[in-house]
Amino acid sequence: MTNEEIKQKLIDKFGELVYHFEEPYGMLTFETETNNNLKVMTFLNDDADLEFTYLNDLTAVHYPDNKGKELAVVYMLQNIKKSIRIRLKVFTDIQKPDVFTASNLFSTANWLEREAYDFFGVNFVGHPNLIRIMNVDEMDYHPLRKEYALEEQTRTDKDDDMFGR
Amino acid sequence: MRPVTHNTKIKTVEAPQGFTGEGFFTTKLSEAVGLARANSMWPLPFATSCCGIEFMATMAAHYDLARFGAERLSFSPRQCDLIMVMGTISKKMAPILRQVYLQMAEPRWVMAVGACASSGGIFDSYSVLQGIDQVIPVDVYVPGCPPRPEAIIDGFMRIQDLVKAESIRRRESDEYKALLNGYGIQ
Repeated sequence: MTNEEIKQKLIDKFGELVYHFEEPYGMLTFETETNNNLKVMTFLNDDADLEFTYLNDLTAVHYPDNKGKELAVVYMLQNIKKSIRIRLKVFTDIQKPDVFTASNLFSTANWLEREAYDFFGVNFVGHPNLIRIMNVDEMDYHPLRKEYALEEQTRTDKDDDMFGR
Repeated sequence: MRPVTHNTKIKTVEAPQGFTGEGFFTTKLSEAVGLARANSMWPLPFATSCCGIEFMATMAAHYDLARFGAERLSFSPRQCDLIMVMGTISKKMAPILRQVYLQMAEPRWVMAVGACASSGGIFDSYSVLQGIDQVIPVDVYVPGCPPRPEAIIDGFMRIQDLVKAESIRRRESDEYKALLNGYGIQ
């Protein structure tokens, strides 16, 4: 099962809705429309040839320069029998970052989506329990967005010249 | 059969200064109590990260913290004298650390082992507490990332010096109460 065959199957099924096919380091990567993510993943999961039944990872990336499509949600799926990995990206607007949840399809997506919500603010529609998972519950911002500095802002004793913050 | 050899080179702790007479010895109560406490501190190893591993090495046979009286470790704050905070404390862990400190009975001492417990260490970030002295009062800081077992033992010996020199009335003094109030602890 080569990347070409997978790409062909996806285009046959979804046509114009899947695009931007790339192969960085040999791993097939493509994008799809924001509200199409679940259909594509269900197809990849259920198809008898493709069998991408293992969700490796689910993360989000913040691109502040892509106006209208700032937050990317990245899914990495794996076919265990043939040992093939595939990457799917969906982009969403930061003003209204709604993405359909994958937790009904893959159970691991439950906590992974909570993490993406905690750090980037992506709202997963239909998630059973979308609350913060790693940060303090009272935190009111999403720390990994690019507008927030990494360093602790309330310190008064660090000398800025020496520590370059 | 070879003869049994006993360890004849035993070190004893020096007696505090006092007045000796025929069958009696007088000294200050704080000195006698301080001596007893210092040489039988029961630590609570609040080990979170890498410094905890160094502490494990310190308690092992090679560096042996038990020589200093810290033979009995307990993970219950109700039964310990000294809490050794070893490792990175995140902001989510801070109220838990405070709760553990509140459960300790007086007299209690706190030792911050390592850079992360003392000041946040290299983790100057949104999730790490920049030093445990933001939530609990600390007596001794041991710098290092991680500190060598000798450094942890040195910190423990400084705690022992503090314990020996502590006055009986310190925990009821106004200064101490003001210190605890600064942290919001009654």
